Amino acid sequence: MMAEQFSLGGSRPERPMGVSRRQFMRLSGAAGLALAGNVALRRATTAAQATPPAGGTPVGSAGKVTIYSGRNENLIGDLVTQFEQATGIDAEVRYGDTAELAATILEEGDNSPADLFWAQDAGALGALAKEERLVTLPDSVLDLVDTRFRSSQGVWVGTSGRARVLVYNTEQLTEADLPTSVLDLVDSKWKGKIGWAPTNASFQSFVTALRVVQGEDGAREWLEGILANDPVVFEGNSAIVRAVGAGEIAVGLVNHYYLYEIREEEGEDFPAANHFFAAGDVGNLVNVAGVGILRTASNAEQAQRFVEYLLGQDGQTYFAERTFEYPLVEGIEPGAELVPLDEIKGPEIDLGDLADLQGTLQLLTEVGVL
Amino acid sequence: MLTLRPRAARIAVVARPDSSIEAGQRRSAIPRRRSVSRPPWIVLLPALLVAGLTLVPVAYLLIRASEGGSDLWRLLWRERTAQVLINTAILAVTVAAASSAIAVPLAWLTLRTDLPGRRFWATIAPLPLVIPSFVGALTIVAALGPRGFLQEALEGPFGVERLPEIYGFWGAWLTLTLFTYPYVFLSVRAALRGLDPSLEEAARCLGHGAWRTFFLTTLPQLRPAVIAGALLAALYTISDFGVVTLLRYDAFTREIYVQYRASFDRTLAAALALLLVAFAILLLAFEARMRGRAAYHRLGSGAARRARLVPLGVWRYPALAFCLVIVALSLGLPLGVLGYWLIRTLRRDEAPEGLLIAAQHSITVGAAAAAVTTLAALPVALLVVRYRTRIGRWVERVSYAGYGLPGIVVALAFVFIGARYLTPLYQTLPLLIIAYLVRFLPQAVAAARGSLLQVNPRLEEAARNLGRSPFGAIRSVTLPLAWPGIGAGAALVFLTVMKELPITLLLSPTGYKTLATSVWTSAGSGSYGEAAAPALILVLISAIPTLLLAGRHGGQTPRGDE
Repeated sequence: MMAEQFSLGGSRPERPMGVSRRQFMRLSGAAGLALAGNVALRRATTAAQATPPAGGTPVGSAGKVTIYSGRNENLIGDLVTQFEQATGIDAEVRYGDTAELAATILEEGDNSPADLFWAQDAGALGALAKEERLVTLPDSVLDLVDTRFRSSQGVWVGTSGRARVLVYNTEQLTEADLPTSVLDLVDSKWKGKIGWAPTNASFQSFVTALRVVQGEDGAREWLEGILANDPVVFEGNSAIVRAVGAGEIAVGLVNHYYLYEIREEEGEDFPAANHFFAAGDVGNLVNVAGVGILRTASNAEQAQRFVEYLLGQDGQTYFAERTFEYPLVEGIEPGAELVPLDEIKGPEIDLGDLADLQGTLQLLTEVGVL
Repeated sequence: MLTLRPRAARIAVVARPDSSIEAGQRRSAIPRRRSVSRPPWIVLLPALLVAGLTLVPVAYLLIRASEGGSDLWRLLWRERTAQVLINTAILAVTVAAASSAIAVPLAWLTLRTDLPGRRFWATIAPLPLVIPSFVGALTIVAALGPRGFLQEALEGPFGVERLPEIYGFWGAWLTLTLFTYPYVFLSVRAALRGLDPSLEEAARCLGHGAWRTFFLTTLPQLRPAVIAGALLAALYTISDFGVVTLLRYDAFTREIYVQYRASFDRTLAAALALLLVAFAILLLAFEARMRGRAAYHRLGSGAARRARLVPLGVWRYPALAFCLVIVALSLGLPLGVLGYWLIRTLRRDEAPEGLLIAAQHSITVGAAAAAVTTLAALPVALLVVRYRTRIGRWVERVSYAGYGLPGIVVALAFVFIGARYLTPLYQTLPLLIIAYLVRFLPQAVAAARGSLLQVNPRLEEAARNLGRSPFGAIRSVTLPLAWPGIGAGAALVFLTVMKELPITLLLSPTGYKTLATSVWTSAGSGSYGEAAAPALILVLISAIPTLLLAGRHGGQTPRGDE
């Protein structure tokens, strides 16, 4: 029943690209070959999609690379296509949850089909590094990025950054009303006005940073202080930003880029803006997404080309313009509204120190946030 | 309710001595027919093969857990481990009980009464099964959570600023109940179809009203089906991650996920998962006790007739209201929220070009997994029902091993053996289907077993005496009679495979998108509107098998709804 919808019926006037006339006639003429036609059409369309417009390098001629991506396809799918068209390398991407893909690579062992792992956060790359699954990247790649945003052993490198910010409703508040430190949010004047997402991974790595900077007790005090202010709990960052725009809450603790995504959808008059805390404040923590090449990669050369592409002009510009993240390579400007990275001056923290997520979860559970 | 069984048995014996139900273990008026023959190889061999397959996740967990040192035990025996295990147990039992309380009346109303729109209700009642757990939880939070749609609606006219807390036990319980009652519904409905109505008629002849008849004769006969469905609901609950996370209930799966996600500690995760397996086995033992060893098939000569519909009279209004409330909460609410998200983002009008391909992929894997899993379940169910040997009991228990585990554990088990030992099959459709089989086999086994129990083995023996081979007798007599249950099992597998995520993400061929992964991708990037389209298509497609099930079945089965 369903097959018919996909089949090449005689009524379909146009011939799909890539199928020869004879082949097409035979397929469409043969009644009862619906399924075969369906498969052929799919192959044909896949082939058609994979072929770049005339003039470009044919994809596949330069080999292939298998990528395990913990980053969402909606965010980076187009960049992968750009890479294919620019290099002729055929990129196969398996999308999944960052941590689950890391576990998958560990379980696959030496037979892992993955050449490259692209993680949403540094922690998962650290887990692979610990099991010695990643190769050391050449200095030519590593040196493109500030030492803060790459592995100290040189086995992974950050590709884009995201800052924690305080998003606020511009109809209710102005910049002058906002605190200079995230620690000031425990003030009772914020009672009932704060939104947060305790289950969110970025929030949790902020709490880890807070533990590093303020100590275990300081972090606990802050969490208890916010709890006393009756925060509104959300399941994710974008829900917080929407609620701020709708005026349900005045401020929210989020990653910086959600605002820009939602503004694209809701229009320029969406009444919310990002507030950065004072330079050096832990509330401005900058986290990275990053990549590492697997020791068992069978296409190591192509994998390195991919890393180079991400850190090149095209890749970094894509992050700035399309995902609204921070480019990490010198000389590429972040989006106009972003406070430049070297001005944010996030806390002095080695991202490798943020590995103790378990301690954070325990603290969040004890305080009663989770 | 069940304490009334002795009376039911007595009524049955008095009313029609040649067609009694032996409800209860020691009370049978007629000695239970025991199959003396050993199971033929055509049943035993495939059953053992299937059982071996289902042990893959457990074997994997044992390998991983054995790498742990002595501090593993210290971590396992923390007070916290016991606490979250108890939390999970409470949730599983209460969800199973509430699911049964919803599903039994729903199944009876849609099959045995003149409820207006019976076929319609029967078609849509199982559909909540196809809503991915995390999507269901998201929509519940959006609707009933603090600052949700309900609160917004109440704030204007009534000034309600705070609803009762949705987070925690009650929210998780409500959400899981709404999304798991279809397990009991499908199982009970299949059993009700195969039920010989003569006992109920006898009870009516003896002057019992419709309600008493239901409680005295119908319900006791449905017991195996209710328990089998409730067990599936309970096991689903202990393996669920999406609902308990989003509704913030401190359940055991969260501990396991923390190990994978926060500490990348596969050893401790495996040890914790083994505890979950042990817990599932405990539930199974409990189920076996509850199930009893009664016979549920017709014993006398003649064939079962189809049941007469009970006229509801004025009761039709509360009955309709009941159906409406359940369906509104379990299906209307999530679809309504999804639809709202979809409309809100429609003006972005990005063409969802991949959705047709994704739908095709979903149907392909769903149908293939349903066929393969049903086929694999038959020898197991036959072995259990027809040949009550010790080996049969073990095969059945083992077949549940993968079902109480979170999907990610089963997925990683097949990543482990796939990448290391079955390299050519790794990340191909065949291995994906096998992983689905291992994950969802119990759904098909439970459904097939419930129906097989209602088929008198003497019919099969008669076929054998008339010269059929063991296989031929099963094929031409038993399977057609048991079809309602087998079909329900296949539909169940189809629905749950369509929404499955962790196994699909990790084991499908690279780039193989399904509707469920499309939902996941869109929701993951915060575009709920974009997630709504594939989610709605998912529900629409799922209506096809349930529509077929709600409709007529060919041939010899007694028909209830006419």
